[in-house]
Amino acid sequence: MSVNNNQPITAQLVADHGLSEDEYARIVDLTGREPSFTELGIWSAMWNEHCSYKSSKKWLKTLPTEGPQVVYGPGENAGVVDIGDGDVVVFKMESHNHPSYIEPYQGAATGVGGILRDVFTMGARPIAAMNALRFGAPDHPKTRHLVSGVVAGVGGYGNSFGVPTVGGEVNFHERYNGNILVNAFAAGIAKADAIYISKAEGVGLPIVYLGAKTGRDGVGGATMASAEFDESIDEKRPTVQVGDPFTEKCLLEACLELMDTGAVIAIQDMGAAGLTCSAVEMGAKGDLGIRLDLDKVPVRENDMSAYEMMLSESQERMLMVLRPELEAQAKSIFEKWDLDFAIIGETTSDLRFSVHHQDEEVANLPIKQLGDEAPEYDRPWLEPGQHSPEPPHLFAPPSDYNAALLWLVGSPDLASRQWVWEQYDTLIQGNTLQLPGGNAGVVRVEGHETKALAFSCDVTPRYVEADPREGGKQAVAECYRNLIAAGAVPLAATDNLNFGNPEKPEIMGQLVAAISGIGEACEALNMPIVSGNVSLYNETSNADGSGDAILPTPAIAAVGLIEDHALMARMDTAQENDAIFLVGTEATHLARSLYQREILQSESGPAPSVDLLTEKYRGEFVLSAIRGGYASACHDISDGGLAVALAEMCMASGIGAECTIEVTYPHAALFGEDQSRYLITVKDKWTNMFAANCEGSSVFFSKIGHMRGDRLIINDLIDTPIESLKQAHESWFPDFMNGPTSSSE
Amino acid sequence: MKACVVLFPGSNRDRDMIAALTSVAGEPPHLAWHKDTALPDCDLIVLPGGFSHGDYLRSGAIAARAPVMNAVAEAAQRGVRVLGVCNGFQILTEAGLLPGALMRNAGLKFVCCEVLLSVANADNPFTAKYAQDEIIHCPVAHHDGNYFADTKTLKRLEDNGLVAFRYAQDTNPNGSVNDIAGIFNDEGNVLGMMPHPENLIEPAHDGTDGRRLFEAALNVVEMAA
Repeated sequence: MSVNNNQPITAQLVADHGLSEDEYARIVDLTGREPSFTELGIWSAMWNEHCSYKSSKKWLKTLPTEGPQVVYGPGENAGVVDIGDGDVVVFKMESHNHPSYIEPYQGAATGVGGILRDVFTMGARPIAAMNALRFGAPDHPKTRHLVSGVVAGVGGYGNSFGVPTVGGEVNFHERYNGNILVNAFAAGIAKADAIYISKAEGVGLPIVYLGAKTGRDGVGGATMASAEFDESIDEKRPTVQVGDPFTEKCLLEACLELMDTGAVIAIQDMGAAGLTCSAVEMGAKGDLGIRLDLDKVPVRENDMSAYEMMLSESQERMLMVLRPELEAQAKSIFEKWDLDFAIIGETTSDLRFSVHHQDEEVANLPIKQLGDEAPEYDRPWLEPGQHSPEPPHLFAPPSDYNAALLWLVGSPDLASRQWVWEQYDTLIQGNTLQLPGGNAGVVRVEGHETKALAFSCDVTPRYVEADPREGGKQAVAECYRNLIAAGAVPLAATDNLNFGNPEKPEIMGQLVAAISGIGEACEALNMPIVSGNVSLYNETSNADGSGDAILPTPAIAAVGLIEDHALMARMDTAQENDAIFLVGTEATHLARSLYQREILQSESGPAPSVDLLTEKYRGEFVLSAIRGGYASACHDISDGGLAVALAEMCMASGIGAECTIEVTYPHAALFGEDQSRYLITVKDKWTNMFAANCEGSSVFFSKIGHMRGDRLIINDLIDTPIESLKQAHESWFPDFMNGPTSSSE
Repeated sequence: MKACVVLFPGSNRDRDMIAALTSVAGEPPHLAWHKDTALPDCDLIVLPGGFSHGDYLRSGAIAARAPVMNAVAEAAQRGVRVLGVCNGFQILTEAGLLPGALMRNAGLKFVCCEVLLSVANADNPFTAKYAQDEIIHCPVAHHDGNYFADTKTLKRLEDNGLVAFRYAQDTNPNGSVNDIAGIFNDEGNVLGMMPHPENLIEPAHDGTDGRRLFEAALNVVEMAA
């Protein structure tokens, strides 16, 4: 198929490109005439939600993005944060939700590929990856197929590329039945003085195309990412790209070699909206025009139209502005790696984006307006409603506390994810210090004796659904807590905001409130947002035209610095007879807990609130205890409350615990999800000193028992063998994935 | 006393291997590129793990036909020690330097976990620093590690002590026949293994059981020189 560039632009064609009438009128105005077909494609790619953030920009601007540690904040391919000694960590998280629902393996694989490219485009070698995955209800007929495909795709790409996957989340909820979430995170390390950005500099310099060839895959992908799903979704399969981790690995090595030669002036990967977005971005940022000659673009299919080439989302491609005197040297590196290297255009001084194909100028558009003047909406939004408090006595206690705990540790959201992460190479590069399944993933910084980085990603969507502002705060706070529990100083964060249709005021209200909560927490906890991604329109259309939105899911991933990994903390290192301390108070909050959902089968009431001052105060105390060498093990208390956190520590260390805790409402004390709490185990001989430290710093704490035996015992409520807990915890995932084939698919 | 790591496009545990060899030998190894037709003068050739050429065909099949493999085969014939780990093992079987084949894991999934290995033959330069039947820890990370060979070949491997390592205590992660994790060639100077000793070199790796394999290979080389 080759579409004539002169075909008439009809109202239907405009609508098919996801552009409103007002937007089109503005396009005609900025173009100075009716756009050509290729130009319409270019405008729509630049102005869709995915590339322009037109619904969210107003609110994203309110996030804290600065700090002495921040080298580059949002606006580049990834955020860049100083880790001392001349090194920086470069990281970002990005969604690949819609493609992963349509074609789970390739959708997830190319999500991983895209985020890795964002990191190494800046000159950083990727050293760690994580994935936040949300699927529909376990009993939904598509869920297993999607879990299996997404996990294989994440592994298939990351394992072959050669980056350790050190963390992530996997959750299930029926609200993701028709719209799963795949959020991929990657981090890399670079030298602070060797960071590459996309801003082009200099007129008349060659624009070089690097990497894989261009095909028709993914044409219109960015537009798809900004549309709701309906029953015609299977017809969209051809818009999903196909990943080639081998080419990406070669591209990584070639790019890093090329950067070492000093030949790179500016570089940008081709992600969403491919050649269009990367070329416009380089020009617009550098106040330069760009002229492209599409006849020189390496292609792997015949008769591609200009429209298709400009919108192709073929993977593993880069665009670069080259120092012309180093062309031969640059070319030889790409020849060594058997990758394409083609000069396809040049920078100009006229601020036009001029595209030529087969002796015809198929597009000539004002580049600054394409890049910077996308519409920015202040969409109407509704302040989310508030739930009145629900004290513990409103919740029924379990008939059997042991059974309730066993059920919880073996429930879909708490069961061991070993089935998942055993399919990821967690060890490659030889620097992994903590695997998935602990508080945070930890990776050594190569070239340093003692330094390591900790990574965590978190959000509790059921809290965000109940209260977007508190839920947004909680996502940041839990991430902070996980890093602290590993003994890391939280440095900075990236956000991946997954929401429904922003044209609905109640959904827009969720987004606005969640961003405000995230901003407040990032400010208070000194974790600026340095990069991020927004994924809207995560809804499934019903036959009557209404849409069902996902749970609002603002995933937060953060990086922390461990100065000396000999002094980091783990959750699996408690020893027999160590004393167990609870940092924090007795829990009372059962609304929106997993206890409520799993045992009482309901989801209602307010989310637990986060007091950010308390969060920071306790966090700094716990960190000082870990760095002081007091903590033989540490774990934050989150989903499932104190009892689940204790069970997790016991299972990880293979030792039982005998605990006596103060209880006003036993079920709330055991399973309540009050925030800002930790468990720390301390060598018995140091308990007095540790307790004195707690008292001295006015941190709420209590000594609740000792690690010993092979059972978890709490008051007269819980008495369960660790082996039974492990059995329940470890069997759910494999049993689910190996279970009987569903008949309804 | 000098090692050489052979790099293929798609090798990705090359940096781990280089770090391990550097740590044990005190100096970095030589590097060779898959298009090279000759190897630098060395006493230990190492083919590292990864997904050479993407392994979109049978794992290691394309790499086994790289120009450098002629030089590797020629060196092996001269008695130079050759170690292939993971993808390196797959390449050695595809190149015919070791018998048998590495099929897709029995579970059909990539698997990364720690296994236990028993040292099936400690009477060899690669394994000399282990005790016979010693149980060591070692991680695996592969999709195609299910070792298979025909009955006759298996008998030859077993009868002649050519099985180097076996998965021990029910930790076989991939369905390999006879729990085989690594094998020698008839002459004993070529070792192929799926587990990754290069990821178990220093205390930060949570164990150092892999270190002795490199110490043995390099020390013996030193004594011979």
